[in-house]
Amino acid sequence: MQNMLTIISNALCRITGRNVGAQTVSELLIDLSEYVSLTSPAAPVLAQTERQPPKPPPVSTRAPAAELVSSQTDQLDRPGSRVVVSRSFADFTPQATFDIKKCDVHRLEEGPPVKATLTRDQGLQYYRIMQTVRRMELKADQLYKQKIIRGFCHLYDGQEACAAGIEAAINPSDHLITAYRAHGYTYTRGVAIKEILAELTGRKGGVAKGKGGSMHMYAPHFYGGNGIVGAQVPLGAGIALACQYQGNNQVCVTLYGDGAANQGQLFEAFNMAALWKLPCIFICENNKYGMGTSVERASASTDYYKRGDFIPGLRVDGMDVLCVREATQFAADHCRSGKGPIVMELQTYRYHGHSMSDPGVSYRTREEIQEVRSKSDPISLLKDRMLSNNMAAVEEFKEIDIAIRKEVEEAAQYATSDPEPPLEELCNHIFKNDPPLEVRGTHPWATLKSVS
Amino acid sequence: GFRDALNQAMDEELERDERVFLLGEEVAQYDGAYKVSRGLWKKYGDKRIIDTPITEMGFTGIAVGAAMAGLRPICEFMTFNFSMQAIDQVINSAAKTYYMSAGLQSVPIVFRGPNGASAGVAAQHSQCFAAWYGHCPGLKVVSPWNAEDAKGLLKSAIRDDNPVVFLENELMYGVPFEMSEESQSKDFTIPIGKAKVERQGTHVTMVTHSRYVSHCLDAAAVLAKEGIECEVINLRTIRPLDVDCIETSVMKTNHLVTVEGGWPQFGVGAEICARVMEGPAFNYLDAPATRVTGVDIPMPYAKILEDNSLPQIKDIIFSVKKTLNV
Repeated sequence: MQNMLTIISNALCRITGRNVGAQTVSELLIDLSEYVSLTSPAAPVLAQTERQPPKPPPVSTRAPAAELVSSQTDQLDRPGSRVVVSRSFADFTPQATFDIKKCDVHRLEEGPPVKATLTRDQGLQYYRIMQTVRRMELKADQLYKQKIIRGFCHLYDGQEACAAGIEAAINPSDHLITAYRAHGYTYTRGVAIKEILAELTGRKGGVAKGKGGSMHMYAPHFYGGNGIVGAQVPLGAGIALACQYQGNNQVCVTLYGDGAANQGQLFEAFNMAALWKLPCIFICENNKYGMGTSVERASASTDYYKRGDFIPGLRVDGMDVLCVREATQFAADHCRSGKGPIVMELQTYRYHGHSMSDPGVSYRTREEIQEVRSKSDPISLLKDRMLSNNMAAVEEFKEIDIAIRKEVEEAAQYATSDPEPPLEELCNHIFKNDPPLEVRGTHPWATLKSVS
Repeated sequence: GFRDALNQAMDEELERDERVFLLGEEVAQYDGAYKVSRGLWKKYGDKRIIDTPITEMGFTGIAVGAAMAGLRPICEFMTFNFSMQAIDQVINSAAKTYYMSAGLQSVPIVFRGPNGASAGVAAQHSQCFAAWYGHCPGLKVVSPWNAEDAKGLLKSAIRDDNPVVFLENELMYGVPFEMSEESQSKDFTIPIGKAKVERQGTHVTMVTHSRYVSHCLDAAAVLAKEGIECEVINLRTIRPLDVDCIETSVMKTNHLVTVEGGWPQFGVGAEICARVMEGPAFNYLDAPATRVTGVDIPMPYAKILEDNSLPQIKDIIFSVKKTLNV
C-alpha cells in the first residue's frame, strides 16, 4: 500500500511538476481532489418539487442575484457571478422545498422550520460560494507546503456550509466576528480571493497590506480574524451593543469554536448580553476537536447550545447549508425582535488538522475523516440535492468548478507575484488621524517614521 | 479639584458627541466608586452611563467591540489593578488592531481609572501600571497631575481616535487646584504627548508624573532655600514620551533625576535614562542620571512600612544632592 502510494504520489509530482514527499492517504486525497472530484455522491434526497410557471428569482440578500442565462462572461471574483449555460431556463426546476433536520432547542417553544425552500439561483450561488471557499483553502494548503505561506494557517475546508448558510440569512449591513479559522468568513463578508491569498503570502496587495496575516483580516462589518481564543466573543457582544445603541436593527454574529466554549469571558459576555438584551447571535462551530482535544475530553457538558444557560439555544446540522440558513434566519429574527441574544451550535467538521502544522490524524482516525467526506460533505449534499431534483445540470456544476479553479489559480498567481510591502511602511498605522511620529528602530540610529 | 475636573471633562464630551458613553462598575447609580462620575447617570440615563457586573474581561471586550463598531466608549476600571484581568483586550484587541488591519479598523476608546498606590490598600490594590502600558505600541498612555491636566487630557483622550490608557490617582481626586480661565472652555484640550515644565530651574532636571509632581515641587521649594534651583518637568504623557522637552532641559541643567511611584525595574525612569543616553543630551550630563522610585517590593499594609515603600520628599532631596554631589 505504501509502495503504491509512493508510486501514485511520484506520478502526481511528475504531472504537476510539484515536489512533495511521500504522503499519507489523506494528504494524497487532498492533492488529488485538485484534479478529480473524489466525493462519492450522497443518497439522493427525496424532496417535494413544485413545478411552477417561471417567475423572477426572489431577491437575494446579496446584491446582485445571478442571472440564469447570460451571454457574457463577467469578472468572477464576487459571489453571485454569472455562468454561461447552454440549456434554457424552462428545462430546470426553478424552486424546490426540502426537508431539513429538526434543530434541538433549549429554552425555546419552537425552533426553525423543518422545511427549506431553495431556488435554482440560490442553489447555484451557495454552491459557488462553498466551492470557492473549498478551493481557496486547498490552494492555501498547497502554498503553505511550498513555504510560500508561513506562520499560522487554520483551514476551513469541511465547514463551508456554516459560512455560506450564515451569510445567506443575514444582510451585508449586519456584523460578523470570528476566531482564527477565518478565511471562509473573510470571503463571504466580501473580500476578494486574491486579497485573501495575498494576505496569507504577506504581500502588499493583501487585504491588510501584508501586516495582519491569516488571523487578522478585516472588511466593513467584519471584525476579523482574532488570534486569542475566546476574546472575540466579548468583542462581538460589544458590536451588538453598538447596534442596539444606534438603533439600526442590525445584529452581530459572534462565532467561536468548541475549544473556546469553555472560556470564562464567554460567560461574562453571555451574562451581559442577556442582561441588556443585546442583538447578538452567539454561534459555536463545534467541529468536535479543540486542536488535538476532543470535545469529550475538554467539556463537562458538550451540549454547547445549552451552555448559554439562561440564553435560548439551537443545535443545528452545520453540514447542511439550508439548515444553517434557516437557523440563522430564525436567530436573527429573534434578536431583531428585541428578545435578546441567542446561542446556536453548528455541528460541523474540519478535514484538515487544527492548523497546517497538525496532520490531524493523531487524535482522530482517517476512517472518521473519510466517513464525513463521503457521507456529509456540505458541497456534495447541496449538489446532489439539486441534481436529484433537476434544478441544474452536471455540466453546469463542472463549468462552475472550472471557473472557480481558474479564479483561484489566478488569485494564487497574484498572491505569489505581488511584491512584499515596502520597508518604508513598516511603522505605519500605529495611530489613526495622528501627525507623523518617530518610531524607535532596532538601534538608536534607526529612526523610523510612522504615518497614520 | 481633580475629581471635578474629570467629571466636567466627561460631562462636556458626553454632551458634545452622542457616540461617547461610559461603562464600568458602579459608574451609574452609585455615582462612581470614587464619585468621579457623580451626576452623570442622572443627566444622561441608562443608555449612556452603564453599570456593569464585576466582569472586567467581559466588559472591557464589550467596550472594545463597541469602539470597533462606531461608538466612543470610556471604559472605567475601578482601579487599574483590575485591568490585569482584562489586559488581553486592552493590548491584543485594542492596541494592536489598527496596525494589524493596516488602517482598516480603528479603536477609539479610553480606559481610565485610578492607578498606583493609594493609602493602606495593600499589595493587590497598589500597583502602578505606567510602565506596563507604556511598553506597548498602539496605545497612548496619559498620566495627569493636576486638575487642569485632568480635564484637558481627558477631553483629548476622548476625542482621540486611538486607544488611550488614562492613569488617574486616587490620592489626587480630592486635592483642590486652581483652574485657569482658559480651562473653563468646553473646548479646552491639552495635547497628548507634550510634557510641561512646571517650574523653571538651572541646576537639575526633575522628570516625574502624576502625584509625584507635587512631591518634586515641594522638594524644589526646600532645595531653593539652599540655592539649588530645580527644573520640574510634568510628563503628562507616558507614551509617547516627550523626549525633546527632557533633552532641552538636561542640556541646560546638566543633571537628571527621575521620580516615580512605580517599581524600579524596567520602569518609566529606566526608559527616560536610556533615551537620554541615546540622544544629544548625554554629552551634557555632568553626572549619571538618578532614578527615584517605589521600593522593589509588593506594597505592605502597616503605615510605617507603606510610607517607606514610596518616594518621600526627603528621598528626592537626598537624591538631588547626591546627583549634584553637594
